[in-house]
Amino acid sequence: MSKDIKIKKGLTIKLKGEAEKTLSKAPRSRTFAIRPADFHLITPKMVVKEGGKLQAGETIFYSKDNEDIKFASPVSGTLTAIERGAKRVITRLLIEADPQDTFKDAGVLNVETSDAETIKKHLLDNGCWPFIKQRPYHVVANPEVTPRDIFISGYTTAPLAADLDFTLKGKEAELQAAVTALSKMTSGAVHIGICNDGSSPLKGVKDAVVHTVKGKHPAGNVGTQIAMIAPVNKGETVWTVAAQDLVIIGELLLTGKFNAERIIALVGSSVKTPKYYTTKIGAEVSTFVYDSGLNEENVRVISGDVLTGTQISPKQHLGYYDNTVTVIPEGDDYEFFGWNKPIFNKISNSRALTFSWMTPNKKFELDTNTNGEHRAFVVTGSYEEVFPLDIYPLQILKACMVQDLDAMEALGMYEVAPEDFALTEFICVSKQPHQQIIRNGLDLMYKEIG
Amino acid sequence: MGLKQKLHTLKEKYKGTKMAPAFNALHTFLYLPNETTHNGTHIKAADDLKRTMNVVIMALVPCLIFGIFNAGYQHYAALDETLRLAPVANFFTWDNFIMGCWTVLPLVLVSYGVGLAVEFVFAVIKGHEVEEGYLVTGMLVPLIVPIDIPLWMLAVAVIFGVVIGKEVFGGTGMNILNPALTIRAFLFFAYPTWMSGDKVWVHGAVDRQKEIMAGADVDAISGETILGSYAQNNSVVYDYWDMFWGFIPGSVGETSKLLIIVGALILIFTKIGSWRIIFSTLVGALTMGLIFNGVVSAGWIGESSKFFGLMNVPFWQHLIIGSILFGAVYMATDPVTASQTNKGKWIYGFLIGFISILIRVFNPAYPEGVFLAILLMNVFAPTIDHYVLQGNIKRRAKRLKVKTA
Repeated sequence: MSKDIKIKKGLTIKLKGEAEKTLSKAPRSRTFAIRPADFHLITPKMVVKEGGKLQAGETIFYSKDNEDIKFASPVSGTLTAIERGAKRVITRLLIEADPQDTFKDAGVLNVETSDAETIKKHLLDNGCWPFIKQRPYHVVANPEVTPRDIFISGYTTAPLAADLDFTLKGKEAELQAAVTALSKMTSGAVHIGICNDGSSPLKGVKDAVVHTVKGKHPAGNVGTQIAMIAPVNKGETVWTVAAQDLVIIGELLLTGKFNAERIIALVGSSVKTPKYYTTKIGAEVSTFVYDSGLNEENVRVISGDVLTGTQISPKQHLGYYDNTVTVIPEGDDYEFFGWNKPIFNKISNSRALTFSWMTPNKKFELDTNTNGEHRAFVVTGSYEEVFPLDIYPLQILKACMVQDLDAMEALGMYEVAPEDFALTEFICVSKQPHQQIIRNGLDLMYKEIG
Repeated sequence: MGLKQKLHTLKEKYKGTKMAPAFNALHTFLYLPNETTHNGTHIKAADDLKRTMNVVIMALVPCLIFGIFNAGYQHYAALDETLRLAPVANFFTWDNFIMGCWTVLPLVLVSYGVGLAVEFVFAVIKGHEVEEGYLVTGMLVPLIVPIDIPLWMLAVAVIFGVVIGKEVFGGTGMNILNPALTIRAFLFFAYPTWMSGDKVWVHGAVDRQKEIMAGADVDAISGETILGSYAQNNSVVYDYWDMFWGFIPGSVGETSKLLIIVGALILIFTKIGSWRIIFSTLVGALTMGLIFNGVVSAGWIGESSKFFGLMNVPFWQHLIIGSILFGAVYMATDPVTASQTNKGKWIYGFLIGFISILIRVFNPAYPEGVFLAILLMNVFAPTIDHYVLQGNIKRRAKRLKVKTA
């Protein structure tokens, strides 16, 4: 098995508004929020009632389907509101923060001498389990299954996404503790993909197989790395953990504190001075978005990167898994003869009077316009150019749309997550919602096959 | 209040009504809509289906303009054979252009008018947006019919092709057969005398024939295509360069091989047309041509055979006679009806070329097989894809087996 991964198919989207490598501390957010929608397919069962007091790291709710999976509060404060939507589904938990955090003490765990069960219980009880996701289905991992392997991507290639080499710097001890803990819970190995320039803080970790990755986006996606290292087969389970969450897991193991602190990148062409901020999971994004100033009024604020993030309003809060906040202009305007005139200021994978191929190093300023209307699938052969997995993207999407479970399974549905289809969605001439189609397909399989 | 604002107000007013798709079709023709992304990717690439289709139309325009000149040229050259002595000098003339416009533009107008009307009606009835597929079909149709086809025939065929070839399957993106070729196939089988022979390829030839039949004392106009000549074992009067430049009788847009190659380069460069299909179609045609040449040189077939003429055509010449090049570049590459996997495209294209020449040689009555070959492979494209996908599925299953073994 080669330890070097090179991705040839793909598309690196170069955008304006990359974060400058300086770190500021965001002012403490007054309120924090958890959106249960971040934990796909998890139905929350509340532990704390409205008005209840919480310490940082204290369980706020658990999963209805598996009571062991507990979710912790990122700060200490008061649970002020449980907002519900249709069918009384909980849409948001609002916590009013204390001026200073008090932490629930989980106790220090020596990972070197602990066994898998102890570590698992420690992570489950103290709110670190939701950071572990599983494939198939791309949901919070089922603690009862021992994974074949665990995959971590220490390299980001998504447009404008936070540079992990920068955000993880100085956290080597936490990373090591988390990796060692994870390595005890798998029957296989922990695989880590890092950038090949040699500056990754994950470069020297023990108890893991480190692969260097280079190439176009989606080389940094963990799904791509899984496909290149050891694809998921039917009946197998692998876990994935985002590198920034290893820090939180590591700190819990080393100090006994669930410290939801995270370095995030504020990026995008609408931000005056894009840079990095230290903040916490669930913090109001307004605490840092306005700090560096915006170039325009009509903007889209995205918790996450431009390909996979969630649209939020500036008053809302940072998503549970996100380490990037992107602000780009809204594109809700008409463009005269926009469909036939030559285009120089937008990215395209074709050369149909679009000229981004002439300026491969130009950084673009894209807005949220769809650049066309939704249509049936017509064009073929273009998705394959940006899709490095050994899967037929158009065919698997169609299988999902017609809910053909046999075809979905045969074509490789166990291997994919919605984010793997972000690039095909970006270049889709028919403007089809690929990620949503795949998510619905995975949900259907989860329900029918389990 | 500018035009943009006025149209926006109108769009909001018509939202949800029956006529909304019709209005939106016109609106989005003028303006790229103000639609924004929701969740999923927040940014989108610049291309949409309109832009894609527009490139194909632009690649067809040179063929159309050449076809207009050629329509006039063939007409006058049939009356005065001396014009053929200096085709280049006598080709791009004002007279040819005027005559060509009078004959070709009505075909374009009928094709677009009737076809788009059908599209609009279906969009309004079914409540979906007007999709862009017909923009290309409507341009292809006038280029693949004989010049003097009566307009009512064209209208009937267009209605048939759009309704049966496309809309019954659910519209653009859902059809099994290429709509433009469905239209041509309908004409071919419904009005065979109008689609072949030596009288339909030159403007005026049919009318002149009628006059002669009525007893008028005039010379007949004849415009046999090269394939027709070969099939009748007649001698061909055009040299290879005439065939390549396109100063020959034939369907409106297919004669100039040079401009088709230009169109092919545009499609390949813009990544709109599949170079795999174009290339493999030509390889398939050459292979079949070589096989026939081999049959002739092995002496299995005598000069008296009715197949001899076409079988004896040097293999490379098959590419510059008839419509194989036009079919390979503009018809076989239709992404909806072609194979959808890259591997499948090689097989699909090869078989189109192979079968085209097969039909061309063995069917001397109607010696052009390209459209039949493409329609046939349209039907088999999903089967090809099925076997290509099986390869992927088997590979996945094998991976699992190795693992568990």
